[in-house]
Amino acid sequence: MNKITKFVILDILRNKIVIAYTLLLAVLSWSVFSLEDNSIKGILTLLNLVLLYVPLVAIIFSTIYVYNSSEFIELLISQPIKRKKIWLSLFSGLQLSLIVAFLVGAGIPIMCFAPLKLGGMLLLVGCIISAVFVSIAFLGAICTRDKAKGIGIAILLWLYFALLFDGLVLFLVFQFADYPIEHAMMVLTGFSPIDLARILILLQMDVSAMMGYTGAVFKEFFGTDTGFVITILVLCLWIAIPFMLSLRKFNRKDL
Amino acid sequence: MIEIKNISKKFGKLEVLEHVNLSFRKGECIALIGPNGCGKTTLIKCILGMVIPGEGDLYYNGASIRNKYLYREKIGYMPQIGRYPDNMTIGQIIETIKDIRKFTGVLDEELMHQFRLPELFHKRMRTLSGGTTQKVSATLAFLFSPDILILDEPTAGLDPLASEILKNKIIKEKNKGKLILITSHLLSELDDLITEIIYMQDGKVHFHETVEKLLASTGEQKISKGIARILHSNNPGYMDKQNNETRTSA
Amino acid sequence: MRVYLCTLFILLSPVFLFSRTIRVGKSQALTRIQAAIQKAVAGDTILVEAGTYREGNIIIDKPLVLQGLDYPVLDGEKKFEVLSIKSDHVKVDGFRIENSGYATLEDPCAVKLYDCSNVTVSNNILTDNFFGIYVQFGRNCVIRDNRIKAFGVEEQQIGNGIHCWKSDSLLIIANHITGHRDGIYFEFVTHSVIWRNISYSNIRYGLHFMFSNDDAYITNVFRNNGAGVAVMFTKKVTMINNTFEKNWGDAAYGLLLKEISDSYIYGNQFRENTAAVYMEGTNRILFEQNVVESNGWGLKIQASCMDNVIKRNNFIANTFDISTNGTLVLNTFNGNYWDKYEGYDLNRDGTGDTPYHPLSLFSVITENNPAAMLLYRSLIVSLLDKSEKVIPSLTPDNFVDNAPLIHSLPL
Repeated sequence: MNKITKFVILDILRNKIVIAYTLLLAVLSWSVFSLEDNSIKGILTLLNLVLLYVPLVAIIFSTIYVYNSSEFIELLISQPIKRKKIWLSLFSGLQLSLIVAFLVGAGIPIMCFAPLKLGGMLLLVGCIISAVFVSIAFLGAICTRDKAKGIGIAILLWLYFALLFDGLVLFLVFQFADYPIEHAMMVLTGFSPIDLARILILLQMDVSAMMGYTGAVFKEFFGTDTGFVITILVLCLWIAIPFMLSLRKFNRKDL
Repeated sequence: MIEIKNISKKFGKLEVLEHVNLSFRKGECIALIGPNGCGKTTLIKCILGMVIPGEGDLYYNGASIRNKYLYREKIGYMPQIGRYPDNMTIGQIIETIKDIRKFTGVLDEELMHQFRLPELFHKRMRTLSGGTTQKVSATLAFLFSPDILILDEPTAGLDPLASEILKNKIIKEKNKGKLILITSHLLSELDDLITEIIYMQDGKVHFHETVEKLLASTGEQKISKGIARILHSNNPGYMDKQNNETRTSA
Repeated sequence: MRVYLCTLFILLSPVFLFSRTIRVGKSQALTRIQAAIQKAVAGDTILVEAGTYREGNIIIDKPLVLQGLDYPVLDGEKKFEVLSIKSDHVKVDGFRIENSGYATLEDPCAVKLYDCSNVTVSNNILTDNFFGIYVQFGRNCVIRDNRIKAFGVEEQQIGNGIHCWKSDSLLIIANHITGHRDGIYFEFVTHSVIWRNISYSNIRYGLHFMFSNDDAYITNVFRNNGAGVAVMFTKKVTMINNTFEKNWGDAAYGLLLKEISDSYIYGNQFRENTAAVYMEGTNRILFEQNVVESNGWGLKIQASCMDNVIKRNNFIANTFDISTNGTLVLNTFNGNYWDKYEGYDLNRDGTGDTPYHPLSLFSVITENNPAAMLLYRSLIVSLLDKSEKVIPSLTPDNFVDNAPLIHSLPL
């Protein structure tokens, strides 16, 4: 691991907000599992946590961290280091520390209480979602110099992925109720990492039986190993693409 | 050593640099002067690759610096206002930069000791005064004995004693044959250091002369007066005012 | 029960008095069962010793007791109907019957009853047959304690475990049926009881029930069948103390009620089914003291249902407790326990002070548009449901339980 990444990780893991985030995740997960006698129900509650709070914390915290690192970036950039390396180190540092926070906070109780396969899936999805929203935060933060504006953008992006996109999906489902839109829907879900993650977990719990024909089509795709691999790949694209875009911008940025 | 060929830079609609052509050679000590907002700092940042010029190119030892970074090993940069991560201590900053540079030669810790920084190593950056921050910046600029020193308003914010220490250090390095680029508007401070003068205004280079030539052609003893005379002859109305400013600050 | 047995005893008593016993076995004079049947006269007992008997189709055409010792194997070699019972007062007990023929037209069986009464088929092990036990025009017959197992993969290539057609007063007791198309199949069967059977992992229904009035099924377990249990086009059925569980999949139900009226569903357990109970054209049913737990849908009540009463049940941990496709509510909900109820009970009488609306907005949406299930557990759906709970606008407001229980019933 390179020096900058190491430095960023140490800096973040010392950060009070990240410690609070880890504790919050831990308290929530432990209490969910000790309150629910049914571990599947506990997983469902945690799924909400993973799909809403993890992205929110990831995107806001990363945005603020990027803005607060502007001095550090400035200091580094006059040194003989590639710009790409600075940005990448910052990214991997943030991403790794948020994943560590998630694994420590939610991972231990999930591994203790949940069935192995489902729990493992939830953890995988949680880690990927953390990384995706760090990546999206980087893109948002590079787009404007103004910190307040940047945080505003981050909150809007979160709102979009957590809520507005699903509203759009619901609207489309109603508009095209009479048409065979299952495959189009499947492609559409690819445009929201949160939806992809949610469907991945739900199919693990076999909710597809309740979705009628759509469920069958979804199960046929997401339920297979190929479908699973493709889904994970698409989620990885959600990590890579926003970050690559932000990197392009960063390479051309004047400091 | 450094060639600047026809570079221009716009920030939005504001043209900060317009077709700047310059070249700096080894052993020179160049003063980059001009009124506030004339593009001095932007020019320096272009050399450091922090600002990417809209057109034109920069060359270090004949090679373009576009998308390069290794040439920066040869440059020590002291920013006008050093901005450092608040939570880091002075010691950590210096260690981090050492780590990143992976420098194998002998560290030049003279300034660090003269500024008595080791006593302050445990202090966090956010607790430091502007002057101490500048001392850290200066120490970092000289630490790796670079061939080129780029100092943006080096003495601003330093107390007279520290200012003197820094000046002596600059002279010492100049005598080693290094290229030194200083921006400043406090002209008298530079008098005994510099060999060449570049005057910039509104993003353009007004003139680039050696000190001897400047003094000879104007018949003045002091650099500031020489500059004032030239500017006066180019643009009588505005430069009177500028001249007064220069004098007051001197 | 007792009346039946007494009748049976009285009818059989003259037979017992003069009956002989014939042994069939490798070391006996008679090595073939069919030969023994020919030799026997009405009322005789044929004891069959252990061994494998490949005799093609064995026909029992006189009142006999056919008793297997140590489970002799009757092998149909995948070609024949193994045992055909064409006489009243026959008892077949203690055989292992395997490999009946298979063809869809003739419906070959392990055991088939042709137009007969007072026949008992008990304690047999039926393995890998096309149909297990087939009762056609049977009256007062008993099918008891049989283990019926097949390995069906496709619906068209396997028959039913216990198939009863145009019969009356049957007793189907304590059989285990698995791997057939339908575990138990009733068509035009009246005044019959299905009791203590376990029907699991059958390809289609655990119990398939059509045009069969005045029947009762009690204390059966229907588990993990392709589509659950279907009760259709029938009047006056009593369903008590059965367990419907793990019938999970597309179009799978714990209990499918279609065109049913005047029936009673009491004390059953519905767990982990896609839809615990699906009602269509169902009228005047009393649904009480049942446990509906961990299902996708609790009750799916189509608009064609009316005058049903749903009271004093536990609804626990279902994704949707109720769903419906209409807006008109002609059924009554009263005094149920709903775990999703968030009301209060100020006077501590155990009944919530505010009514409960068991129909969630999302269940209405998905009923009309199953694809919307895609958004299950998303933020927008929980927000929609919450706002609908506060200000009901889209769900019918008379779909209500006015006396929801605070604590679950001890069921």
